Amino acid sequence: MSLTEILAKRLILGLLTMLFVSVLVFVGTEILPGDVAHAILGQAATPESVAHIRERLGLNEPLHVRYVVWLTNFLTGDFGTSLANGADIGTEVSRRLLNTVILAFCTALIAVPLSVLLGLWAAVRPGGLVDRIITATSLALISFPDFLVAVVLVTIFAVKLGWLPAIASIRPGYSLLDWIRVLILPVAGLTFTILAHMVRMTRSAVLNVLSSPAIEMAILKGVPRRRLLLRHALPNALGPIINVVALNLAYLVSGVVVIETLFNFPGLGRYMVEGVTNRDVPIVQTCAMIFCSFYVLLNITADILSILANPRVRYKK
Amino acid sequence: MTDRARTWRGELREAVGDLTPGVALCLLFLIAVILVGAFAPWISPYDEAEILTNESFSSPNAEMWLGSDYLGRDVLSRLIYGVRITLFLALIITFLSFFAGVGLGFLAAAFGGRVDDWMSRLNDAMLSFPALMLALIVINSLGSSFVVLVFTIAFIDMTRVYRVARALAVNIMVMDYVEAAIVRGEGKGWIVWHEVLPNALTPLAAEFGIRFTYAILFISALSFLGLGVQPPQSDLGVMVKENMQAILYGEYTTLYPAFGIALIAISMNVLVDWLLQRSSAKLPDEI
Repeated sequence: MSLTEILAKRLILGLLTMLFVSVLVFVGTEILPGDVAHAILGQAATPESVAHIRERLGLNEPLHVRYVVWLTNFLTGDFGTSLANGADIGTEVSRRLLNTVILAFCTALIAVPLSVLLGLWAAVRPGGLVDRIITATSLALISFPDFLVAVVLVTIFAVKLGWLPAIASIRPGYSLLDWIRVLILPVAGLTFTILAHMVRMTRSAVLNVLSSPAIEMAILKGVPRRRLLLRHALPNALGPIINVVALNLAYLVSGVVVIETLFNFPGLGRYMVEGVTNRDVPIVQTCAMIFCSFYVLLNITADILSILANPRVRYKK
Repeated sequence: MTDRARTWRGELREAVGDLTPGVALCLLFLIAVILVGAFAPWISPYDEAEILTNESFSSPNAEMWLGSDYLGRDVLSRLIYGVRITLFLALIITFLSFFAGVGLGFLAAAFGGRVDDWMSRLNDAMLSFPALMLALIVINSLGSSFVVLVFTIAFIDMTRVYRVARALAVNIMVMDYVEAAIVRGEGKGWIVWHEVLPNALTPLAAEFGIRFTYAILFISALSFLGLGVQPPQSDLGVMVKENMQAILYGEYTTLYPAFGIALIAISMNVLVDWLLQRSSAKLPDEI
């Protein structure tokens, strides 16, 4: 199979996955009890008013018809209106999505280089002091609930020292400096939620490469250690590391939801939690679709990158 | 029979001999936590819901060793009951997910062929869905209750357990001793029960620890978002959420349950690491 064929196959599989995810989101939010009409009306639900609302929302159509309509609307950017206050979800989402993307992007910018460096450093001398410290710390960090580090950071830097705001609300007209001040704590908290996994997986990916026959050959040849790591091991470990990074960035999805709620950050994650709390179905559907697409997309990227990084696949005739 | 009992006891003695001080400490801590959870009504100094003072977030004192929470309830008592609920939910979830996940995983491996193909493909599709999103969607539709939480998280966990159990079983099914059993004319059920299960036990035990930790962290996260355990009942995650303001008063009330979750999870992970290293068993591709 040629490279293009493999890639095309993976992309088609990705598209199918997206389709499956959308069906699951739709069915999960629409079929399970909690009728939307009842949800809107609450206590005031009389049979007539329920029938009227059902008519207006098109709830009397068969399920597959509603799914197609819903998906077409979603793909054309029509997310509907909130059940709670009738506000247009599209405007709200575009504002909050930008905030969340900024938060996630800053986190990735810090977490990725940091964790790759730490993972490499730990792999230089497996079993050595540095390795033991990094491995033990990352094992502890993996066991922390997503909110723990953030709560500790808030206690120290926002309350005890008073250097940074404890709540990350964002007002229009914030200057760059204001943004940085507001973002430091959430970004730091979020970094810790994905850092440990990335460090551990980078370490084992590099160790895996270091135990390969090619590296053994280089050691026997007498290549100096520094050159061995940078010229021989790193290029071969790059594929697995990129794969690790892409996979772990997908974990940001759940981290973002918790951290945004903790800091009252006006992003998509908190919007979704509010949506679930109020049982606002269209909001939950829209946010779930966006988060899931991001997740699936990163998983596909991880796969494709590791296919591309594998010379055996790349140079196959 | 006696022979088997002796080896079993011998193995246990050997395992205890292998304990490093750190691992032993974690094991003791876990046992202590489980005892605290089991005997919460007898251990806790006060009732978890009793309002003892009208002072919010009072500092630790002789009557209330960890101070009071936002409603003036005893933090220590609530912590003890919180541990009880968290452990109870996590245990049920993990047992359920193991029962279903290992059962289905072994089934797929035993039958192979098209059955395996379809089950695994369906499972992979489920894995492409972020766990938290799935939980939020179900809670949005059904509301949050113990039953919904337990079954939702157990289902999510099951997809992970299935993957591991199936991969383990597939590797064992190609062993010579399994072939010998097939030639001998043993049925599929016999082979799974007498050959596959005993040989997969150590890695499955490690996986159990990992899933248990994951369940604790997952419930805590949901409770922290206000979508897990609902007041007046409370687990450790709810306690973190409801006492967040304490930080502003300079009290550490919210940190106790948060660190409680972390300590339980760390101990479990250390134990799992030790178990895997000791048997040099490997879990197939964790996700």
